[in-house]
Amino acid sequence: MTSYSAVAGGQTFRFEDLKHLLAAASPQRSGDALAGLAATSDVERVAARYALADLPLKTFLSEAVVPYEDDEVTRLIVDRHDAEAFAPLASMTVGDFRDWLLARETDEVALSAAAPGLTPEMAAAVSKLMRNQDLIAVARKARVVTAFRDTIGLPGRLATRLQPNHPTDDPRGIGVSILDGLLKGAGDAVIGINPATDSIENASRLLWMLDELRQTYDIPTQSCVLTHVTNAIAIMENGGPIDLVFQSIAGTQKANASFGVDLGVLKEARDAALQLKRGTVGQNVMYFETGQGAALSADAHHGIDQQTVEARAYAVAREFQPLLVNTVVGFIGPEYLFDGKEIIRAGLEDHFCGKLLGLPMGCDVCYTNHAEADQDDMDTMMTVLTTAGVTFLITVPGADDVMLSYQSLSFEDMLYLRSTFGVRPAPEFERWLVEMELLHPDGSLAVPDLRTNRLGRLAELEPQ
Amino acid sequence: MAGEVDVWSKLRALTPARVALDRSGDAPSLRSVLDFQLAHAHARDAIHTAFDAAAIAEALKPRETLSVESRAGDRATYLKRPDLGRRLSEASAPRIPRLDCDVAFVVADGLSATGVESHAAAVLDAVMPLIPSLTVGPVVIASQARVAIADEIGERMGARISAILIGERPGLSVSDSLGIYVTYGPRIGRSDAERNCISNIHGHGLTPRRAAETLAWLLHQALDRGLSGVRLKDESGGGPRLVGG
Repeated sequence: MTSYSAVAGGQTFRFEDLKHLLAAASPQRSGDALAGLAATSDVERVAARYALADLPLKTFLSEAVVPYEDDEVTRLIVDRHDAEAFAPLASMTVGDFRDWLLARETDEVALSAAAPGLTPEMAAAVSKLMRNQDLIAVARKARVVTAFRDTIGLPGRLATRLQPNHPTDDPRGIGVSILDGLLKGAGDAVIGINPATDSIENASRLLWMLDELRQTYDIPTQSCVLTHVTNAIAIMENGGPIDLVFQSIAGTQKANASFGVDLGVLKEARDAALQLKRGTVGQNVMYFETGQGAALSADAHHGIDQQTVEARAYAVAREFQPLLVNTVVGFIGPEYLFDGKEIIRAGLEDHFCGKLLGLPMGCDVCYTNHAEADQDDMDTMMTVLTTAGVTFLITVPGADDVMLSYQSLSFEDMLYLRSTFGVRPAPEFERWLVEMELLHPDGSLAVPDLRTNRLGRLAELEPQ
Repeated sequence: MAGEVDVWSKLRALTPARVALDRSGDAPSLRSVLDFQLAHAHARDAIHTAFDAAAIAEALKPRETLSVESRAGDRATYLKRPDLGRRLSEASAPRIPRLDCDVAFVVADGLSATGVESHAAAVLDAVMPLIPSLTVGPVVIASQARVAIADEIGERMGARISAILIGERPGLSVSDSLGIYVTYGPRIGRSDAERNCISNIHGHGLTPRRAAETLAWLLHQALDRGLSGVRLKDESGGGPRLVGG
């Protein structure tokens, strides 16, 4: 195991291995302090960045942060590495790589070509040398397009997940939230319910409800009930209408085991979903959620800082060509990301690393009530992420998720982003909104009369 | 637009979600912005309310109880150090008796003392008659505690299974929600995939009675099959119900 050292301000700092160097170079956050991995002073943090800047990028191909023999995520990263794609970068240091990413000549095509040659650890390492504006500028150049019933990630577009959760999964309550979201143009990434009760029976019932709704109005989007992947497999075996298979994933085998999954079961689920051939304009059938702190909270981080181990989850995601990947950045709580500043930084890092690795990266711009954050921080975060070209954002009625008890973004927040930045929904979904007279052809929101609009039938929502 | 107003007043009654907000331009109206800020202030205050373990013990009488503390001494430490909230303090650990019973019940503050104070006694009262054949130890009341503290408690008690009733993180609409986590073979180091969860027990969510039925089903099933977690699916039918149903 190689150790590293750097001199900063006349002081010499030693870092015992690559993991410690990466952790010490990370911007301050409570989760790394909780794990005992954070730099012990600000000067040490900068010293680590000097050392990291001089580190050859190819070091990450020979030094694994979790041993190959012990971890199937490491094996996936190593076995899938594309040496040809990496060749143009092979002689660079991490610092050179930062400069290359920022160079004007490094465009969308160059980034896409490099993606298979990059490991999550390379992406994480370079992010630690980048300021927020660098993370925005580079992510903005990357382009990742996926499709199922509509096309996600095209230039000038910003998709939304409509998240109509209800504390008891009441179908009428869920229906009201869906109606509210559709009226404001939300739902092109997915209409996705987090079930209050995670059972096969309940998830099936909600899936049939969503499918009937989608078919009734011929909505070019996909539905999802965010139930465990093994439930999704069972539901598909029973003929249930699964568009997207959902799963929370993390960056080590042990952390994935704490979610009750491994690469084998994810593959099995994806294969089953592909068999259904439910997509019309594409066949990206997976929806993953991640978030910094997940591995540490499962005591499965192997001494890796939380941002680096988060990036490793993206290696898991890209193996299965997802339609959507969502970093649920502020959901985990203040012991991992303490305040608005830490949450915003983490969101930009995750989005950057995801895009660099070729993923359709979205974000749940969110916080919990025990974190030091509020809606002003969310305004800042959605604004910077939209500037960075985020693929999709999570939206819930009034920014208040009444089932999961946290705050995200509202449908109205999307109106602000659309009018301020001109970002539009996915093209197929946008056409549907115009046909339904929910959107004017110029992209501004119509305010339809529910007594005459077709969608008004949803408002009848009779008791079952 | 009178008809519109009528439609939405009917629809709003179907969900606690903040639907159909009035707008000023693209933004929510000032009134709804301030309502949101007030709810956030209430939630923040609920998190920092002190847990009254003695009052819980009183509410659970005549049931036998035992009060313990985690290693997180205060709220600030609790919020930043989940590892300390998962373990019993040195003073508390030896006070858990070895009983080799079936079920170790734990009542813990978590992130909402009000959730525990409002619903824990009702759930326990409802579940006990549904598990007459199972032996239970004293109800352990744990302060500054996380879910996994039930692993250590259950292990020390020699229980075959643990069930912890714990205050859930307050949201804007609900600050008194209770959750229950069931773990077969409790011992330090159990992962979350080895637990089954019943969440959202509060006035507008799952009723204590319904939660108790699901809990009793989970306890019996887990003990019969010798496992809990993702391999034990909730097929009790205690899942989605209409509000008040």
